Amino acid sequence: MQYDIKLTVNGIVYESRASASTTLLDFLRDNLHLTGTKEGCSIGECGACSVILDGRVVNACLVLAVEADGASVETIEGEVDGEKLSALQQAFVDHHALQCGFCTPGMVVAARDLLRRNPAPTDDDILEAIAGNLCRCTGYETVIAAIQQVARTSKQSR
Amino acid sequence: MTIPLHSDKHQYVGGNGPRLDAIDKVTGAAMYVPDLIVPGMLYARMKVSPHAHARIVRVDTTRARALAGVRAVLVGSELDYTLGLYLRDRPILARDVVRYQGEPVAAVAAESEAIAVRACELIEVEYEPLPAVLDPEQAVADTSVLVHPLLHTYQYMKGVFFPQPHTNVAHHQKIVKGNVERGFAEADRIFEHRFTNPPVAHAPLETHIAIAQALPGKRAHIITSAQSPFTVRNLFAVAFGMPHNSVRVQIPYVGGGFGGKAGIHLEPLAFCLSRKAGGRPVRLHASREEEFNTLPSRQGLKTRIRTGVKADGHITALEVQLLWDGGAYADYGVNIGRAAATAAAGPYEIPNCRIDSLVVYTHKVFGTAFRGFGHLEVLWGIERNIDIIAREIGVDPYEMRQKNVLRAGSTTITGEKVTANHGRPDLCLERVAAQIGYQHRPADPAPKLEGKLRGKGLALLHKAPAMPVFTSCSAIVKFNEDASVNVIISGVDYGQGTYTSLANIAAQELSIPLHKVHVVHDCDTASQPYDWQTVASRFMVMGGNAVVEACRDCIEQIKHVAAQVLRAPERELVCEDEHIFIRHTPDQRLSYRELALGYVYPNGNSIGGPILGRGKYIAQGLTHLDPETGQGKAALDWTYGAHGVEIEVDTETGEIEVLHIASAFDVGKVIHEGMCLTQVQGGVLQGLGSTFSEGFQFDDRGAMMNPSFVDYKIPTIRDLPRKMTASFVETPQLDGPYGARGVGEHPMISVPSAVGNALYNATGVDIRDLPLSPERVYLAIKRAKAQRSV
Repeated sequence: MQYDIKLTVNGIVYESRASASTTLLDFLRDNLHLTGTKEGCSIGECGACSVILDGRVVNACLVLAVEADGASVETIEGEVDGEKLSALQQAFVDHHALQCGFCTPGMVVAARDLLRRNPAPTDDDILEAIAGNLCRCTGYETVIAAIQQVARTSKQSR
Repeated sequence: MTIPLHSDKHQYVGGNGPRLDAIDKVTGAAMYVPDLIVPGMLYARMKVSPHAHARIVRVDTTRARALAGVRAVLVGSELDYTLGLYLRDRPILARDVVRYQGEPVAAVAAESEAIAVRACELIEVEYEPLPAVLDPEQAVADTSVLVHPLLHTYQYMKGVFFPQPHTNVAHHQKIVKGNVERGFAEADRIFEHRFTNPPVAHAPLETHIAIAQALPGKRAHIITSAQSPFTVRNLFAVAFGMPHNSVRVQIPYVGGGFGGKAGIHLEPLAFCLSRKAGGRPVRLHASREEEFNTLPSRQGLKTRIRTGVKADGHITALEVQLLWDGGAYADYGVNIGRAAATAAAGPYEIPNCRIDSLVVYTHKVFGTAFRGFGHLEVLWGIERNIDIIAREIGVDPYEMRQKNVLRAGSTTITGEKVTANHGRPDLCLERVAAQIGYQHRPADPAPKLEGKLRGKGLALLHKAPAMPVFTSCSAIVKFNEDASVNVIISGVDYGQGTYTSLANIAAQELSIPLHKVHVVHDCDTASQPYDWQTVASRFMVMGGNAVVEACRDCIEQIKHVAAQVLRAPERELVCEDEHIFIRHTPDQRLSYRELALGYVYPNGNSIGGPILGRGKYIAQGLTHLDPETGQGKAALDWTYGAHGVEIEVDTETGEIEVLHIASAFDVGKVIHEGMCLTQVQGGVLQGLGSTFSEGFQFDDRGAMMNPSFVDYKIPTIRDLPRKMTASFVETPQLDGPYGARGVGEHPMISVPSAVGNALYNATGVDIRDLPLSPERVYLAIKRAKAQRSV
């Protein structure tokens, strides 16, 4: 069974059709060709497919595309401003907070969600926000440092 | 007088510039194989065995083939190919028998993933279950159940590996130094201890994936997530009897490897499906469960160590038996059995030594390369063994290590002479001991097991690259119009950051700004120069040497042309800041830009041509090991290191918190500060995964019980130690680029040993089996309490 859906992704309105069983992850990747969102397990265990759905970070593999009808979705592709990296992305670059890079889009999205809710997170807040994002390469230390850098800048500017 | 090839005005080597791949990866622009769509592409799924060992009685694919959208169905009996790196023992799909739970028995290619999944469900397989052998000790002792009854007929690399016909032993590596019986006779005390490691998953975030297409004219095009394009090509060409240049292997960004994507995995099956589907490209993407349960893992190990020591702690004799749980197929396992044996005495001078390393077939998922290539497993036993003995004889474990550690003048167990340029394990140990505030006094052997207890532990480590004696690598450096360069090399940067380090070398050698160096991330066997494999922590060393040579080739070409234009001898020319000038009269100069594609005189005459540098490197001085004694030179270089940890253990729950882990490695030369540091951070945490939580569990019939991230826990951000310290010793490796050695694998080796020793130090509880899960630690503490209260 196919359903008509209409959703906003990174500020662009898409009208499309999706089957009842298509996940938001597959819809983003296969229908919209937004391949920055990665599939690491497809059952909600790894966080590589983190996206922001109506202001809340979710595993896109656990959401059906039809559930996102009418919703606003933010993916990693929406984080960059034209060719200019966001301060968060620049902090990941500065701290070498990535290696193979496969978990990185999900990490950046989860960190974006945190910083929007809480521009000056504590270290515990950072751990809580990234706890659902598995990384096998970095050992996470550089990821924490990158998010701390953005949080610090935010504290200073207030 | 020596004229420098380039000025040393800039020091890019040792610098800490951004990763070359960082922008692609933080924006989601980086393309991995799962992100690619090839026109006409079909989607494949595998049907896997539910049994560890069974005869395949019947496979019925009728209903699967009848399903709309199915374009190809394959079963093992159709595929008469046998794969193997060193020992050809593995069918593409199981034929006649299945040898592990999770082994593929059939496969489907269809118009969509959903159709392929449904078709696999419709394939009927009838099995006759057979007795399975699951324990390597049992597999050696009892040959009534053979994993490979026809082992004696298999092709293998003769003279290097020694499969034992009509047994379950795929390889027996022997190393003999001195006279071990005499060594035990000289000892004051003799100890015998046993240790175990479970099989462990690589768990890259990107599971294995390959897109393969059978092209007209008996050609193949493969796009794959793999560590080594040329090894995929070679194994593929050999297996299918195709000319090498008819096989094109492309590797875009790779989402983690850790050894699991070395060699060849899903590519042959995807290719066979493509051939059966009339040449349409086929994408085969492992599910997370298949990543755990169908694709290979790190081998389990059972270690028995017999040690002879003098009262002062000097080791006089060491006898080590390693039984590797190789699983159903040899793959890399036999070479791990060989390579890890050469390091199986630890980084110590042992006058009398015997190592027997047996890689044993069992009916479990097969083993393959994993970051550390057997060394984490072997050093779990060796480094715990030192602490247990040190306590028994009343010697400080730090002192016992320093008494026996390899130094200039020592001879390794394979007969290699250690020189002053080999690296300094003693300094690494000294450094980490100082960093954790190691107390050089005996621990309380039986403290009151109450509340939270703290302890400190040390462990040494070493590893050399394991590779064929003729291993080689090549690089091309290509100048562009604006005198920027592309470095083209076929080692794969699947996250470790080697390309970023190579850029430092190229910028330094060419004296051009770092931002003008681009190292090409897409590997392609059709257009790129040869490299053996991206494994073994050898890419920085061999690739670095090749890039140095290619850059110097460019400089020679630049000088050759500039000498004509400037009318000066080449030896008087200096390269600096993208210019070449005459040493005495620096105003007489040319920019690289004027030379990059050839120099044009004012009247239009032109000389030179595009600057294209070629560099290569082949391992120097390696020999095969003697089959009976293991004597020879197997190591290109040894990277030594040490960890020191302080832990706090909760005796009520068995939970261990790492308060501080300090790690030091003698890398020869830090080529890129950030890349070295981040390798250590990531490796240490992966080592802590092996320490605390990781390990496959099988039921009594050989079915894997934890093939998911829910049941198989890799470290999360909440599992970070409170503090991590990394430092580097720099004893130059004379034949390494700028003196460098590899350090990709080393950070995870001996992490479990150091933690196990810290637990022993804190509690007196001596655990010899990994992982140190809260359950295991709690039960061990409970037993110790009971014993101590008797």
